[in-house]
Amino acid sequence: MSGPNTDYDPVEVAAVSPAELEAARDAALAAIAAATDLEQLKAVRTDHAGDRSPLALANREIGALPPQARKEAGQRVGQARGAVSKALAARQEVLEAEHEARILVEEAVDVTLPTDHDPVGGRHPLTTGAELIADIFVAMGWEVAEGPVIEAEWLNFDALNLGPDHPARTMQDTFWTEPADHHVVLRTHTSPVQARTMLTRGVSDGAPIYVVCPGRVFRTDEYDATHSPMFHQVEGLAIDEGISMAHLKGTLDHFATQMFGEGITTRFRPSYFPFTEPSAEVDLICFVCRGVGHDDTGQCRTCRGEGWIEWGGCGIVNPRVLQACGVDSERYSGFAFGMGIDRTLMFRHGLEDLRTLFEGDVRFTTAFGSEL
Amino acid sequence: MLAPVSWIRELVELPEHVTTEVLTDRLTALGLKLEAIQAADITGPLVIGRVLTQDKEPQKNGKVINWCTVDVGEANGTGEPQGIICGAHNFGPGDLVVVVLPGGVLPGGFEISARKTYGHVSAGMICSARELGLGEDHDGIIVLPPDAGQPGDDVFALLGLDDEVIEFEINPDRAYALSVRGVAREAALGFGVPFADPAERELPAVDGKAWEVVVDDPSGCPVFAARLVSGFDPTAPTPEFIKRRVEQAGMRSISLAVDVTNYVMLELGQPIHGYDADKVAGALGVRRARDGEKLTTLDDVVRELSVEDLVITDDSGPIGLAGVMGGATTEMSETTTRILIEAAHWDAVSMFRTGKRHKLTSEAGKRNERGVDPLLPGIAADRVVELLVEHGGATAEPGYTLVGTAPERHAITIATDLPARLSGIDITAMTTVESLRAIGATVTERDAETLEVVPPTWRPDINDPYDLVEEVVRIVGYDQVPSVLPRRATGRGLTRTQRLRRRIGRTLAGAGLVEVVSFPFVGEATFDKLGLPADDPLRTTVGLANPLSSEEPAYTTTLLPGLLDAASRNVGRGAPGVALFETGTVAFPADNGPAPIYGVHTRPSEAELEKLIEALPVQPQHLAVVLAGERRRAGWWGAGTDAGWTDALAVVRRLAADLGVTVEVASAARMPWHPGRCALISIDGVEIGHAGELHPNVCRAYGLPARSAAVELDLDAMMAAATEVVPGPEFSTMPLAKEDVALVVDASVTVAAVEAALREGAGDLLESIRLFDVYTGEQIDEGQKSLAFALRFRAPDRTLTEAETGAARDAAVARAAALTGAVQR
Repeated sequence: MSGPNTDYDPVEVAAVSPAELEAARDAALAAIAAATDLEQLKAVRTDHAGDRSPLALANREIGALPPQARKEAGQRVGQARGAVSKALAARQEVLEAEHEARILVEEAVDVTLPTDHDPVGGRHPLTTGAELIADIFVAMGWEVAEGPVIEAEWLNFDALNLGPDHPARTMQDTFWTEPADHHVVLRTHTSPVQARTMLTRGVSDGAPIYVVCPGRVFRTDEYDATHSPMFHQVEGLAIDEGISMAHLKGTLDHFATQMFGEGITTRFRPSYFPFTEPSAEVDLICFVCRGVGHDDTGQCRTCRGEGWIEWGGCGIVNPRVLQACGVDSERYSGFAFGMGIDRTLMFRHGLEDLRTLFEGDVRFTTAFGSEL
Repeated sequence: MLAPVSWIRELVELPEHVTTEVLTDRLTALGLKLEAIQAADITGPLVIGRVLTQDKEPQKNGKVINWCTVDVGEANGTGEPQGIICGAHNFGPGDLVVVVLPGGVLPGGFEISARKTYGHVSAGMICSARELGLGEDHDGIIVLPPDAGQPGDDVFALLGLDDEVIEFEINPDRAYALSVRGVAREAALGFGVPFADPAERELPAVDGKAWEVVVDDPSGCPVFAARLVSGFDPTAPTPEFIKRRVEQAGMRSISLAVDVTNYVMLELGQPIHGYDADKVAGALGVRRARDGEKLTTLDDVVRELSVEDLVITDDSGPIGLAGVMGGATTEMSETTTRILIEAAHWDAVSMFRTGKRHKLTSEAGKRNERGVDPLLPGIAADRVVELLVEHGGATAEPGYTLVGTAPERHAITIATDLPARLSGIDITAMTTVESLRAIGATVTERDAETLEVVPPTWRPDINDPYDLVEEVVRIVGYDQVPSVLPRRATGRGLTRTQRLRRRIGRTLAGAGLVEVVSFPFVGEATFDKLGLPADDPLRTTVGLANPLSSEEPAYTTTLLPGLLDAASRNVGRGAPGVALFETGTVAFPADNGPAPIYGVHTRPSEAELEKLIEALPVQPQHLAVVLAGERRRAGWWGAGTDAGWTDALAVVRRLAADLGVTVEVASAARMPWHPGRCALISIDGVEIGHAGELHPNVCRAYGLPARSAAVELDLDAMMAAATEVVPGPEFSTMPLAKEDVALVVDASVTVAAVEAALREGAGDLLESIRLFDVYTGEQIDEGQKSLAFALRFRAPDRTLTEAETGAARDAAVARAAALTGAVQR
């Protein structure tokens, strides 16, 4: 900063002449306007508004003027400097905006570039399928019951009215654990969970039983496109006063509709299961052809033209089962049903080969995301 | 059960409109499930033709062929004679023959078309019996009797080629339907038409003189009937209808005597055995076998008998495995002229056990173990006598031996409204009574609310009121059951464990892991592949008595083998990297003795239940993870990173953080992990699993990239430790004070030890501590390392002064120095 001019030099006074000032101001304004980027503007600022610029020098000379001339010269120099400063600021703003806009343009990327740096995970459809089913029932006020996969023979068979010589035992080829006379099996169905529920919880006035039991089960089937020694079932059990086949039908119709869509209901055919009497096979209206059996292109592939899909088994709980599990069969009745989760997924999603469920190929699992 | 439609129609007058489809639909609705309809395997046009001309044309190869013109009426659409080449010579002009016209298909999928041969266009074929699947006779073509019909008439019905066979899947409770009698009875029921019961026969008086029979075990053999025929012609052929029906039912035609016993079994459902009476020495006996006794059965297998097996004996000892299979010594042969006929009612359980013990399934055993009508033995034996007399020239010897009587059926008491209540259908008392009578039961109305029902003799499966309900409902129709949602369910939602499991799955999927489901079967080779030492506790498995593969005879104790196989499969299929997880049951033997078998008439006591549960293997839920190859992908953004031990631990920590569990990490040496890169994971000092890099040998064994990593944790323990209700976090908004320290320690000192010491020394003002660098190299002595920690301090109520922060830092360093020998750089 320059102090008051003490060594007055009359030659320099010419600098504050109005013409000179105007010329200096106009030169500055022209240079400002001509600056095309912030770099140039910076140089212009130094040349025309810096310490050694004509206007700065002129300002410095004001103090040397005779007092009577100072006011006027001061005004003139001030105006000129003000105009330059204002122009600089305005130009600065314009150039900065241009600069920022240019950077945004320059920084543009190809947004179609891949972004798959992070690994993609997923849950298995057997897991999420079981959850979907569980949720349908939980929403109706049911609970989800579970039990061990290695189970006591008594719970897997005897308690379910499958006595040691019951022919139905040969229908379910069972894995026995060693030694076989210890009466422990890999459960052949999730029904022992039903027995456990009745045995541990009992049934009383305020607490009827409404449970679904999804889980892993085993049978000595050779492994091929439609059979597996390990598969998954979901069974349901309702024990209450006044339970009838109508409630069973209502529940399965609701389940089918939730799982496969509006209008997809079930039908019963007489069948035989030791744990239920009366027993029924339950078929589902084919959700693809909606029971018609064919479409414009020919026979429906999902139901093979039947219009119905075999879904599972069900019935009224045999009172002998209630008896073995400590439920008063005079007062309470119940229904039970069961179906394969694997099979349900196979036809729901059009899977051709059961083995894809157990191979662990990530391309299979990730296709389903983390919820069904 | 295979039932020819023509046979069913013989016993029941089905209305005209009842096609085979209508019949099977109705029977399926009644509980006889249609498995398949075996259609006649010939499709038309197959018609009568009259040979008009027959020109014999010798060929160069010496053969003579016939160039015929055949009148097939309007069947060929033109009415003109059909030109056909035929190689057979047993016919001539004027004969009526069977002609298949172009477009027809013969058995074996043999399609007929007009083709040029021997210089003529042969438009069709004149058929032999063999070509139509009617027999083995290939010598000549079929010449029909002159009154068989007119040229152009369809011959399907005439030759019985339109007889479809229905294959039923018969449930174990409907053993009566393992006979045409049973199937026809259901058909009559289904269409409300009369049923001609083939079991209704006039029987001779019982005099015990057919053969002497001594039944030592009346509970095993309640009824035994015997009859005798003599003068049987062993060369007599089986009549065509018997042979055809036996074969339609899936059995082989053997000889007239054998075919007749099988035919009657198919007709009535009663298994029958025929003995060569001349080979039977003395009285027939029925008793349990004795230890050490042997018997050669008809299939030429020498069988060691058990004391539980029922056997038929003569003076020589056992001559047949009762109800299951006859013996070789008394087998009927091509010289048999005297036939002793046995038809008996056997205890079903005993039959089942014997069949299972000897791994014998026979048509007889199948029926006997499910339960046969006990009134049938005498009737069936009489029917066999009739057929042997009629078709085998035999003479019925006088005498009818019948030992025992059919067990009496007890009445079942049933509430009249039970069918309505259990079905939800509006079923009247009258419908209930009528339905039960329709199945052959005797129904007495005890009072307005109760019925006494005696089931028919052929329904041993009906024992309880609920069994009767099924009968009523199937007759009313399962399709009548209304659809009503129960409204009383008052559940408590998912359990905590169920919710946690879902959460764990989502967290892991979110971390880029893919869930797999694999089989839990393992063997010694599996554990060898994991490099487990010989005495590793994981080798103590729950064995399977009947594994599918002898290589994998046990239930697994670890989830890693299945996951490693899956990882290997993915890598083999070209995946650059794979991150998998599985949750599932593993099993460890409990060795608490056998699981008891309790009765089923009452609930077991609490103590009994406890004993049952204790006998089961310990079955915790485990979680396993395998990370192999590329974890973060390489791309245009730069290099990727491969999975390693840190990724394994990162998964554990992420899960722990998600569940609010504090896990402790310590180094461990445990196969299948790398001995220097394996972490033992604990919660509150209790080990819950391991994580780290896999042993190079294991990576090699599974064909996985080097440095692949794995985790296996006890998920039950992890879930049990999960924070149930997270306390509201408290944190200060005062300014943060940062202090970084670099400490030189011996290389063997763990970061966890240094960090714990720093944390302890820093006191309450310390908000967080994080290692941000590890350095070894020039400026550090060999055998030492430099650890750089970022300490962050904050007070709840004020801005910390430099002096306070500095003091806390110094205290932390001092503590680290004292506990770990750390020296600040």
